Amino acid sequence: MTPFTRVVSVAAPLPETDIDTDIIFPARFLLLLDRRGLGAHLFHERRRDGVGARFVLDRPPFDRAQILVAGRNFGCGSSREHAVWALADFGVRVVVAPSFGEIFYANCFRNGVLPVRLEAAPHGRIMTAAETGAPIEIDLGSQTVRLPDGEDIPFEIEPGRRRDLMLGRDEIDAILADDIGDIRDYESRRRATRAWLDPRLK
Amino acid sequence: MPALTLYDKIWSDHVVKPYSDGAALLYIDRHLVQEVSSPQAFAGLDARGVKTRRPEAHLAVADHAVPTKDRDRPLPDSLAARQVRRLVENARDHAIAYIPMRDARHGIVHVIGPELGFTLPGATIVCGDSHTCTHGAFGALAFGIGSSECECVLATQTLKQRKQKRMRVLLEGQPAAGVGVKDMILALIARIGVGGGVGYAIEYAGGAIANLSMEARMTLCNMSIEAGSRVGLVAPDETTFAWLAGRPMAPAGADWEAAMAYWKTLPTDPDAVFDREVSLNVGALAPRVTWGTTPEDNLPIDGVVPDPDREPDPDRRARMQRSLRYMGLKPGARLNEVPIDRVFIGSCTNGRLEDLRQAAAILVGRRVAPNVAAIVVPGSATVRLQAEAEGLDRVFRAAGFEWRDSGCSMCVAMNDDRLQSGERCASTSNRNFEGRQGPNGRTHLMSPAMAAAAAISGKLADVRALESRRSMA
Ligand code: SF4
Repeated sequence: MTPFTRVVSVAAPLPETDIDTDIIFPARFLLLLDRRGLGAHLFHERRRDGVGARFVLDRPPFDRAQILVAGRNFGCGSSREHAVWALADFGVRVVVAPSFGEIFYANCFRNGVLPVRLEAAPHGRIMTAAETGAPIEIDLGSQTVRLPDGEDIPFEIEPGRRRDLMLGRDEIDAILADDIGDIRDYESRRRATRAWLDPRLK
Repeated sequence: MPALTLYDKIWSDHVVKPYSDGAALLYIDRHLVQEVSSPQAFAGLDARGVKTRRPEAHLAVADHAVPTKDRDRPLPDSLAARQVRRLVENARDHAIAYIPMRDARHGIVHVIGPELGFTLPGATIVCGDSHTCTHGAFGALAFGIGSSECECVLATQTLKQRKQKRMRVLLEGQPAAGVGVKDMILALIARIGVGGGVGYAIEYAGGAIANLSMEARMTLCNMSIEAGSRVGLVAPDETTFAWLAGRPMAPAGADWEAAMAYWKTLPTDPDAVFDREVSLNVGALAPRVTWGTTPEDNLPIDGVVPDPDREPDPDRRARMQRSLRYMGLKPGARLNEVPIDRVFIGSCTNGRLEDLRQAAAILVGRRVAPNVAAIVVPGSATVRLQAEAEGLDRVFRAAGFEWRDSGCSMCVAMNDDRLQSGERCASTSNRNFEGRQGPNGRTHLMSPAMAAAAAISGKLADVRALESRRSMA
């Protein structure tokens, strides 16, 4: 995984609440077997609905945005990791929102995407700044969003997740390297006390 | 000993080790594998050159993309067929049990897990599918995960997780005739919102729970994720044990006794404290339908489409406006006059035997309105066969429904079962998101009885009116 330290980019404003993963990545494209190349179907319906102005990610300069600023509860709904794969494939490395769907939030970290959770007021200032099309800086080391006018907005993130993102560390490799002994011990303890939990398909 | 909740007990029983940052390595007892979220997980595993750690802890079935008719014919060559084939190959290469499409045990992961007794109280259960919370109905700690997490479970049988906060939802009172558990969960989601459960594991408790069947509890827990909650739980009781006894993969003999002794220790201690408590008087509820594009957009059937201009919150107002435009509805329109084109009865929310019985009870001696095309998709082959043994298929067919084979079908529109653009559907599934049942399709969520009432009426309809007319006849 590419280590994440700092991103400077225009930020695409998507001031809508409850953007679910069906909107981010419609179900019919879930038939694809690969995790690469999914950016083509990101927000598929929104980018082709022909209603009103073109979708923000198709309008320069936002078509090259590495930051997406969305409304609350972004990524709610289905667990499909394709939503994150599609965002990452499109080039989005940061999503800023007041809150996220929980499974989406967890999926981000496994794909080098940083979800930034912020209160309504600072989130509103970032949304306003994003709309100007001026670049915004996100620095994971100092946990700040720097707006074009120089204002620094701090954000919170779980320390373990921050470290893993900054190192580009793969969690599965880490567990396989460090924790297999503990897993084995747990399994043998469990076999002794709760043998009935061992599944068998007859 | 501090007083513990059901969630605390299962959690601490599965902690392999705590990490310094507050997360824990959690042992996963069981993993359901489906065709959509697993190919990338197996590919990742193969790229690492790692084998599945405990093949017997996983069970694979293709449910999302499979056709629900003409199953005796070979799958036409398509992306869906390729995805099913990939699952078969991966299961074979990793020595994981696979249930084929034509097997009598086939069905939606969240329907067959419980049917087989793969789902057990006190177990941790995951699946690359957000409705894994369904299994919480048995007092299992069950939650949906992404594909990378599936890969982690295959490789290590564990997941690094952070403990959630605890919410208790007390359901009190007894529902009136025509009101079911779907109405309860829709009412809860309307109350706390689609983000109201984010960060919480919900335990459903209160006087109304004892009378709920396992099927109803599954419907309840299933929609926890629509309130944002990855976990929904009901403490195991005699109803749970009676339902599980004798299931193919449930413990038997001395193992059953040992399991029962453990399961009886699981319910929340009387003094346990929750981070949030919500209570809902289910006795006051009317049957509900959704009007918008998130599950919280729901109202009693005798209500009217709400007016965004009267919504004070600007974000919410904007979303309502967008929803109503998408749904083709005008503020003030009466919900029970909205005409429909399609009816879908099925899904992991309402595709079980009891759901089909409730819908069929409304349909006896009645016909689907001429403007409506209606299908029933049993949640599993077991449900289908039981329903046929009871003659429910004949009731549905006589009313003008199509009777299909098991799968997700029009809940997610990944096979050929989908809405055409602009079509409006009365659906027993769980998500009314934009495009969920097909691009530009319009979904109204409701209970199976309400979907049957809509089918007959050709519009959204109050099942209570139909029932009372029948009892007068
Ligand atoms: S029935 Fe619908 S919600 Fe349930 S698993 Fe299938 S697609 Fe998901």
